[in-house]
Amino acid sequence: MNNRETTQTDVLIIGAGGAALSAALKAQEHGARVQVLSKSYPTRAQTCMAQGGINAALSHSGADTVALHVEDTLKSAQGLALRDAVSLMCQQAPEALAWLDRIGVPFSRNAKAQIAQRRLGGASSERACYAQDYTGLKILHTLYDQCNRHNIEFLNERFLLNICTQKDTHGNVCVSGVTALNLRTGEVEMHEAASVIVATGGYSRIYHRHATNATGTTGDGIAAALRAGARLSDMEFIQFHPTALKNSSVLISESARGAGGYLLNAAHERFTDELAPRDIVAREILKEIERGGAVYLDIRHLGEAFIDAQLPQERKLAQLYEGIDPVYEIMPVKPAAHYCMGGIEVDARSQTAVSGLFACGECANHNVHGANRLGGNSLLELVVFGHQAGVNAAQYAQQTQNTCKPTEQLQKDRTFVEGVKYFTNQIDFYEKHRFMGNIFYNNAAIVRDEKGLKAVLAAVRQLQKELPFMGPKDKSKVYNTNLVEFIEFGNMVELAEVVLVSAISRRESRGAHFRSDAPQRDDERFGAHTVAWKEEGVLCLDFIKGEVL
Amino acid sequence: MNIEVLRYCPAAPNGAQKVSYELEATGQTLLDALTTIKTEQDATLSFASECRSGVCGSCAMRVNGVEVLACTYQVREGDLIEPLRNMEVVRDLIVDVESALRFNQQAHAYGSVSVQTPSVTPEEEKINELQSACILCASCYSACPVYELNSEFLGPFALTRSWRYVSDVRETEVVDKIATVQDNGIWDCTLCNECVPVCPVGIAPKQDIVMLRNKSGVMGYMDPSFASGFGNGFGNDGTPNFGGPAF
Repeated sequence: MNNRETTQTDVLIIGAGGAALSAALKAQEHGARVQVLSKSYPTRAQTCMAQGGINAALSHSGADTVALHVEDTLKSAQGLALRDAVSLMCQQAPEALAWLDRIGVPFSRNAKAQIAQRRLGGASSERACYAQDYTGLKILHTLYDQCNRHNIEFLNERFLLNICTQKDTHGNVCVSGVTALNLRTGEVEMHEAASVIVATGGYSRIYHRHATNATGTTGDGIAAALRAGARLSDMEFIQFHPTALKNSSVLISESARGAGGYLLNAAHERFTDELAPRDIVAREILKEIERGGAVYLDIRHLGEAFIDAQLPQERKLAQLYEGIDPVYEIMPVKPAAHYCMGGIEVDARSQTAVSGLFACGECANHNVHGANRLGGNSLLELVVFGHQAGVNAAQYAQQTQNTCKPTEQLQKDRTFVEGVKYFTNQIDFYEKHRFMGNIFYNNAAIVRDEKGLKAVLAAVRQLQKELPFMGPKDKSKVYNTNLVEFIEFGNMVELAEVVLVSAISRRESRGAHFRSDAPQRDDERFGAHTVAWKEEGVLCLDFIKGEVL
Repeated sequence: MNIEVLRYCPAAPNGAQKVSYELEATGQTLLDALTTIKTEQDATLSFASECRSGVCGSCAMRVNGVEVLACTYQVREGDLIEPLRNMEVVRDLIVDVESALRFNQQAHAYGSVSVQTPSVTPEEEKINELQSACILCASCYSACPVYELNSEFLGPFALTRSWRYVSDVRETEVVDKIATVQDNGIWDCTLCNECVPVCPVGIAPKQDIVMLRNKSGVMGYMDPSFASGFGNGFGNDGTPNFGGPAF
């Protein structure tokens, strides 16, 4: 383990999931010294939970073309994606798949010894390449193995506190590194770098137990980027996966419906097109739950042999967390927060508003998902834009004249980590997190209106005021997970405000953002990206027109 | 119901201590139980978790002496929860997993990069389907009696991962990989089977080690303990002295 308190590198990558590791491999290939810093371990990242597949219009799949992939993606995005970005992603998809194949990802195969593909919701063709229902896991582990092959340096168990910036010779804000809490030692460290890539995932745990994501999906990198001067965009667009298990919110992959699974209402009747885009299916399910009390996913007719071959994880998860064997029984499901379309605003080179600060993966908004992401496009995005960010961050590091100067941030953060242990603890932040998750799920989720959103905003602003009266109960230095969870909660509360202000301002319905008090799409006023930033600590917001399709 | 957790904090003077906790709910996973304890009773209880669904490998620990993932184990009255063995305990149920993870690199458990898009049949893909689902939870290192005695033993998941790539029809560096697992590797395993029942994914590292041995045999390597019985023809370190394997 590396215990140095100050490290220096060319490219520092925060996070260690699929986007981070794709970026790391490319940055190193382009001559940069690379470090990967994360709060856990690489193979524990959210990417390992992706089951369904990774999209690419491969030439062997009959009728599918890159043009169709582009059109399906744009259609689902409902006017908020950029055609150029989507085209780039879809064009590069076959090469991204070929790269994954060459480094050893064990994709499922068809009878012609090619990568097998299946159809996911919103796709006009069988386009999702998969490795049984462990697609993300097998991609992530194969990337990790490649990083080992190329001696990528991992700085594990380090929690990002802040992104440090300085003014360059022209007076522009540029990145100089990050501060991080070393969980093993309890010390705050400075990690200097010529360029930094944020690849820390989304913020769905704002919804607490109503989210399918890993517990660490708390938006730490997005919040730090916002504080450092980056801009965020389209933060109100949060995808709800239609079929999470009712009690645990553990996900049952879309591939279950892709393979022919039915959605049934309380009367055990089908009520919707199971393969419509996720936003539509989620709303239909919510309607049925409100009407009849329950919705079920039924895959019994697919048969045990098929389920064990194609959906083994789904069977295991349903048995474990719901006590139900889907070979013989129907599974109670509900929509749960699953993916954040919005995130850190980046340009066509994956760079943020801060020079030298790049972003990729779910934490970034490359404008390819717009108002609603298609299944199979997020694993693709990790690879394509991970590579893009890696190449550009390496080039930036080689060209920049900036030298890292001592930063006040390190001292500030050391003072904070010391001082936070003296917060009064009159209010329990775990309880407040549950509370925030419930009010978000009820009023700022699948169907929203102004009154409900404003009530949640008032509650979140109250939580911001109350943070000094919360704090960690655990005062120890070594591996203080209670402290980490408190800082994560702070990051979520910071982002919750952005989500709500964005959602209140967008008085229309589009994709995952459905307003019952403004059910129509309004391109004239809102055919634009919701952009948020901070000035002197105050949240600012504007709608900025991109290309509206 | 009551459960006991073996807790350890480096700052505490008395070493590891068993602490008892009372739980109201029944029929829940151990991870849910630990989370309830942490968020409602004792915020200092330390453990790792991420996915809650058995795929990230964070929450491996021992219950009544047997390795499990906390998120896939139904907690029962009287359970004793302990950290994994054979790794330094950092705090409570958190261990230094890096000490085991480093063997992946040491065993060259990674793919060679083929130049062309390879052709793989469904049957060939099935060869390492199970091995490639390893989640690196380190339960197998905790259960391994060889690793307990020899901290340089490459160990179960690294050798399974080696076999994953060696058995992959796309792999072009089989010679290097087989050479890498000879020392402190496949021949040090006693085939005791302890790693097999504890794997939450259902992998049998022992079986993968046998496969690596067979492959090694085909490539001219011999079991050094068997070979040394002949008394000559081998160097002092047990390696063959006929100039290495010829292919």
